[in-house]
Amino acid sequence: MSRKTSKTQPVEASDWPAAIHRALKSQRVRQVSYVPDAGHKRLIELCHSDRGMIALPLTSEEEGIGLAAGAWLGGERSALLMQSSGVGNCVNALTLASNCGFPLLMLVTMRGETGERNPWQVPMGQATPEALRLSGVRTLRLERAEEASTVANTAANIAFEEQSAVALLISQQLIGVKSFEEKR
Amino acid sequence: MKALNRREVVASLLERRGALLVVAGLGSAAWDCTAAGDHPLTFPLWGAMGSACMIGLGLALAQPERRVLVVTGDGEMLMGLGSLATIGAQRPRNLAVVVLDNERYGETGMQKTHTAYGTDLAAVAGACGFADSRIIRRNTEIAAVRSSIYRGRGPLFFQVKVKRDSLPLALPPRDGAHLKHRFREALLGKGAAAQ
Repeated sequence: MSRKTSKTQPVEASDWPAAIHRALKSQRVRQVSYVPDAGHKRLIELCHSDRGMIALPLTSEEEGIGLAAGAWLGGERSALLMQSSGVGNCVNALTLASNCGFPLLMLVTMRGETGERNPWQVPMGQATPEALRLSGVRTLRLERAEEASTVANTAANIAFEEQSAVALLISQQLIGVKSFEEKR
Repeated sequence: MKALNRREVVASLLERRGALLVVAGLGSAAWDCTAAGDHPLTFPLWGAMGSACMIGLGLALAQPERRVLVVTGDGEMLMGLGSLATIGAQRPRNLAVVVLDNERYGETGMQKTHTAYGTDLAAVAGACGFADSRIIRRNTEIAAVRSSIYRGRGPLFFQVKVKRDSLPLALPPRDGAHLKHRFREALLGKGAAAQ
């Protein structure tokens, strides 16, 4: 990486959301559903501006599990974006994936980890990997921006080739911390 | 009360169903669809309460040339109320939702649902942007509902007031993987089921 880019935010410099977007495209994902997170802002924008994708907002995260099942029944691939607090909303709906063997690709931005300033985010963030494991969802970690393409493709292969439920947990260290300071 | 017979309503909607794709919400709605004839292009739910409408939306977006019908109960619909807003934001022209509303949780002891206390699901759907949403109380309206489901511009929502009777069980297959495979094979062709 050049010296020039290393002066900016590392997130922007390596543009991991664009790498994930490219991975979703190459994996023929069309229906991208989300409950927004600041960490997903750029990926959501990329999906909305992609004419080959339908990016759709959900009122609650578990809706995306039904959507992904319906998409697969109809011959399309779906991905579900959320922050870790949303995993708690998904638990019973995940039985749809485990009972029927539906592919499920979840991209989860982590809260309640490194440097979290909202203590209310910590319990669900800390419980997220175990909650997913108990629900039969495999988990992968994305810690470094330069690994985004490889890890996103690995997750998509687990979902669509192995036809399993998988969550890619995107570390808070990569996303940055919400400051709760007034913008100037 | 002149409420309708749910089995007769569903049978009327599903006879000569042609290319219609159906998602059936868990409980009585799934039994009603099975009583009308088990079909590979019906995906009945045994769990994941609240998911029926979202499965219908994913299917409708994936198959824009096919008509998609979600048949579910008032309790199942209430658990997925937010999905009406999500559908309203997308406005798929090929999606219809029929809620068989007996104002009761029929599988758990006939406790009253919120519709018994006045929740107007059709008004919710209308407020969420459905192209047409109505409460249906008379047999004479069913032919028009059927016509809309097969030809009307969606998204459509029909809250059909039905009797509170307990009917014989008509159970679809329980194996979720089988239900998924047979649906994909019937819709997408042989070889698609496993991909």
